Amino acid sequence: MKSQAGLLLLIAVPAMASASALAAPREDLLAGYAAQAKQDDPGFAGFSAARGEAFHRRSFGRGKVDTPACTSCHADDPRAAGKTPAGKIIDPVALSASPSRYADPAKVRKWFGRNCKEVLGRACTAQEKGDWLSFMLSQ
Amino acid sequence: MDLPYRPVALGLLALAFSALVWQRAQAGGSHYFPPVSDPVVVEECGSCHLAFPPSMLPASSWKRMMSELKNHFGDDARVDAATATHISDYLMSNAGDTGGRRYSDKLLRGTSTSKAPLRITELERWVGEHREVPAWEWRHKDVRSKANCLACHSGAERGYYDDD
Repeated sequence: MKSQAGLLLLIAVPAMASASALAAPREDLLAGYAAQAKQDDPGFAGFSAARGEAFHRRSFGRGKVDTPACTSCHADDPRAAGKTPAGKIIDPVALSASPSRYADPAKVRKWFGRNCKEVLGRACTAQEKGDWLSFMLSQ
Repeated sequence: MDLPYRPVALGLLALAFSALVWQRAQAGGSHYFPPVSDPVVVEECGSCHLAFPPSMLPASSWKRMMSELKNHFGDDARVDAATATHISDYLMSNAGDTGGRRYSDKLLRGTSTSKAPLRITELERWVGEHREVPAWEWRHKDVRSKANCLACHSGAERGYYDDD
């Protein structure tokens, strides 16, 4: 009996550990943005998917002429595919529709870096990134 | 020894001709440019536009392209140093005047490599081949950009840029 329980533990523990390792990159990203957002604004009160949704659809018009909003390339509906000005199809940005998204922090950094500059004409704040990501994870 | 010169010469001529045709057929005609096969290059050069075949430009162009990624046709397309080296190596060794020469002979005819052109769509041959495309077609909502090869060349991702 005892050895059986031990065996179960041997199987269960690594399984749990790997499950949390799979889920961790997105949570780590959000935690990182939260820490930065708190530093930027001591009154930081968490991220909001609703604010992220509004951000996703807002027309900034401060970056490049042909990309005033996130939705210039990404679809209005995050579960639908988008299209770049050069005609390249972009996989949906909602996690439910593209389950492999947001698992590589370097990739997330790269695209926030490029896209914020092209749409807002500046880097996004940690609050904005956290809100937008929260919206996409909730979709 | 009396060699039948005429039949032999004719035979050789026929052989040379079929070899030429065969080579063309294998390469898919002059409208075939092997697509990018390196996964890193596909990912980094193929997210915003089709990952253009390296044989469409000379090595000097790719070298210049990679040194100006901060302003890549108006976009900041910089990548980290290790990735940049990887991409440069691939593009330059498969360029139209290096590894990809056999595919590019027509497209790059009349192109000066020392000028390192950055836009495929400004190559003399490209302009000539697309002369008949009317302006409204370029402006069409499914085209919009001359970099959107796939809008008209449905086989572009597989390397085929035939007249459609």
